[in-house]
Amino acid sequence: MDMNEIKEIFFQECEEQLAELESGLLKMNDGDRDPETVNAVFRAVHSIKGGAGAFGLDDLVAFAHVFETTLDCVRSNKLEPTQDVLKVMLKSADVLADLTNAARDGGSVDESRSRGLVKELEALANGELPSPSAAAEAPAPKAAAKPAASAAPAATPKPTDDSGFQPVPFSFDDFGGEGDVGSGLPAYEVIFKPRFELYSKGNDATLLLRDLSRLGEMTIYCNTDALPGLEEIDPEGAYFFWNVTIRTDKGEDAIRTVFEFAEWDCDLTVKPVDEAAGNTSANEELPMVPVPFDLSILDETGAAEVSSAGNRANETAAAVAAAETASNVTQMAAAAARVEKKESAAAAAAAAAANAAAQNNAAGAGQTIRVDLDRVDRLINLVGELVINQAMLSQSVIENDTTGTSSINMGLEELQQLTREIQDSVMAIRAQPVKPVFQRMSRIVREIADMTGKSIRLITEGENTEVDKTVIDKLAEPLTHMIRNAVDHGIETPEKRAAAGKNTEGTVRLTAKHRSGRILIELADDGAGINREKVRQKAIDNDLIPADSNLSDEEIDNLIFLPGFSTADKISDISGRGVGMDVVKRSIQALGGRINITSKPGHGSVFTMSLPLTLAVLDGMVVTVAGQTLVVPLTAIVETLQPEASAIHSFGANHRLISIRNSFCPLVDVGRILNFRATQANPVEGVALLVESEGGGQRALMVDAIQGQRQVVIKSLEANYTHVPGIAAATILGDGRVALILDVDAVVGASRGQSLKAEMSLAAVG
Amino acid sequence: MSYTVKNLNQGDRELIAFRIGDQEFCVNIMSVREIRGWTPATAMPHSPTYMLGVINLRGAVLPIIDLSARLGMKPADPTARHVIIVAQVRRKVVGLLVDAVSDILTVTDEVVQPTPEISSELERQFARGILAIEKRMICLIELEALISETESEAA
Repeated sequence: MDMNEIKEIFFQECEEQLAELESGLLKMNDGDRDPETVNAVFRAVHSIKGGAGAFGLDDLVAFAHVFETTLDCVRSNKLEPTQDVLKVMLKSADVLADLTNAARDGGSVDESRSRGLVKELEALANGELPSPSAAAEAPAPKAAAKPAASAAPAATPKPTDDSGFQPVPFSFDDFGGEGDVGSGLPAYEVIFKPRFELYSKGNDATLLLRDLSRLGEMTIYCNTDALPGLEEIDPEGAYFFWNVTIRTDKGEDAIRTVFEFAEWDCDLTVKPVDEAAGNTSANEELPMVPVPFDLSILDETGAAEVSSAGNRANETAAAVAAAETASNVTQMAAAAARVEKKESAAAAAAAAAANAAAQNNAAGAGQTIRVDLDRVDRLINLVGELVINQAMLSQSVIENDTTGTSSINMGLEELQQLTREIQDSVMAIRAQPVKPVFQRMSRIVREIADMTGKSIRLITEGENTEVDKTVIDKLAEPLTHMIRNAVDHGIETPEKRAAAGKNTEGTVRLTAKHRSGRILIELADDGAGINREKVRQKAIDNDLIPADSNLSDEEIDNLIFLPGFSTADKISDISGRGVGMDVVKRSIQALGGRINITSKPGHGSVFTMSLPLTLAVLDGMVVTVAGQTLVVPLTAIVETLQPEASAIHSFGANHRLISIRNSFCPLVDVGRILNFRATQANPVEGVALLVESEGGGQRALMVDAIQGQRQVVIKSLEANYTHVPGIAAATILGDGRVALILDVDAVVGASRGQSLKAEMSLAAVG
Repeated sequence: MSYTVKNLNQGDRELIAFRIGDQEFCVNIMSVREIRGWTPATAMPHSPTYMLGVINLRGAVLPIIDLSARLGMKPADPTARHVIIVAQVRRKVVGLLVDAVSDILTVTDEVVQPTPEISSELERQFARGILAIEKRMICLIELEALISETESEAA
């Protein structure tokens, strides 16, 4: 595994940490004061900082450090996480995300923004409570006052930039530190209790203690009280702790720095001690008998074990070594246990409980593995083959088996169930919760709300709803557009809202849920709703509809999806370039989805998107055209009907119209368009599929018969052949034969005169 | 048809020979992935006459070229006795419908004689030489030339 791969993993983890950070902050914003939430937020920033430090990403480290310091104040209850504080923190989370992206992909971030936030964060850490206005204005005068500091955390990707750590106040209150750091006492007492997690994360107590020894002269005792008998020992557990007395002039900070990246996985107590009272005070406080421990043993065993068994083995090995050199260790420990029975039992119980809690936590989070997407796709393909193969096998058995009672049939049925189950499970591997996309939206809402001076609250529901990864990836863009529209056009300014008697804070609600094999995403705002008169007028002005057209409310609402439609009076930075909702609609349709809007003037609008759960399979209607089997995507079909002779009207020489509820719709003979037959079929003998195409127009597609409706696996035609006009892709049916999937838009386009044949005859010539 | 791998000398190449009607052709064996029986193909709209359609090859969509028609001879009437040579041509995999596979040949470059100049354009377009093996005449086909048109269609 080379460095780049490790770095890639780091960035993947960063993404998870950032998501954790943001959801934690949002929870706090909603009034969650659970210390565990604060801790989770702190941990996320801390992990990013730790990883970034390892890769020398100085900008990231610098910013994360300042952020972490401020979070620590919240953690230690020195700073009340008010709405204003959290606003700064959410912005900081955004900048942290930007910095992470910049570190990954190159590129740069808004330096002034990150610099300003560093100021705000520092101000918060120093206990200056921000008033909403002060938070906004503070950075400017301060930047002038401290020009040196402003350059340090700047987010340039240049590693040469001076971006070392700034000295920042760091709170040690929660560690129970009591002495003055700079009081000049040379001796410190360090109690270092590693937890199991420390080893599981690849840290090594030996190395940490060795680092510590470099700071000055030290005496170290290993406490083995918690070590159980050999039969009870968990080889991966953590039983020892160390009691160190160190004399150093480097100060307490330096000692803590040694343990910086292990801080979360150990109990660490550092305090300056009176020289005379040094060891006794430790003994008074802690029920333990210090065992003399030679650091050189630690070094030897550590070195030997790192290469062979890995970090966790160190402790056990060290235990054995310690036992060998000091044969009375266990006796002493046992004696100590007897003497201090009560206390140590209580301590052990507490430790066990903590351990169990940690493990429960881990179990609750769910175990995951990272798998290359290609591998999953291959598995999905193979399972698709399995399903087809199984269907073919069943068919041939049924054909050859005249008795119909053989046990083969029963076996086949079981096989069929199994393969279906396998297929479902494999598809589920690709399914991912929509959470990451929803979280991205919360950032967009924040930014646009800031820009427009509106106060917006984003509520997300059902963010754990799962959908295929490709769908998620393609969902972000249209959703961003819609959110922007909702905030920019939908929600009114606070003044207008107040005048209308609404809460000045607008609400945007983003919901995801499963419904009949599809995912339904709803975006609702409580804004002004669609101004139908304005929309109608605009559509008339832009020649989208005739001036005298009579449209229902619903039809007017749907006008906003027409190409080239934008109602914004002034074109804003955020939306309103007139490439809005039609692009959204097209990208949703490209995903095989549909989008609808309902609006209530004065109460807001609701956009509803219905999307397939996966792009690997498609719901299709299997039809017969001139002896060929075709699949028509179900999303395109509005309705099917059996035309009567009286409903068919000839129009000119070659065209026919079908009347459906008093409106006329052009009839398109699929067999003719695809050149499957030379003459037009008799419509009365076939079935008409009323379809809606990209352009919005309806057409009736004539097919010979409908075989049924089924889910088909999409196969590429281009891989071995070439693109065929009128055909979107291919699939393999249960009988093992290839069926073509109709490209409805292209067929409808061809019927409009954009001839498929012209394109095709060119292709045939080559 | 039995065949064992022999140590090939430098300049030797292996060809797979097949019959179409009463003529014999061959292609480079390195391009051939597998040989399988004929299964009915799904017709493609607007395709050239030699394109019989597509079949399912273990999940992949495989286009089938009627080699007889492609070489300008009479279109085949595929039966269960016909075989499909699955060949890799550039990045694509195609199936070639032929009457039967007849032989595997190991030849040196010297054995391949140049194609005589005749007016048949298709012969000139696809043939890369002629081999005389045991009094038979076998024509060496250039696979890349067969689907160059389909390639340009995609472009």
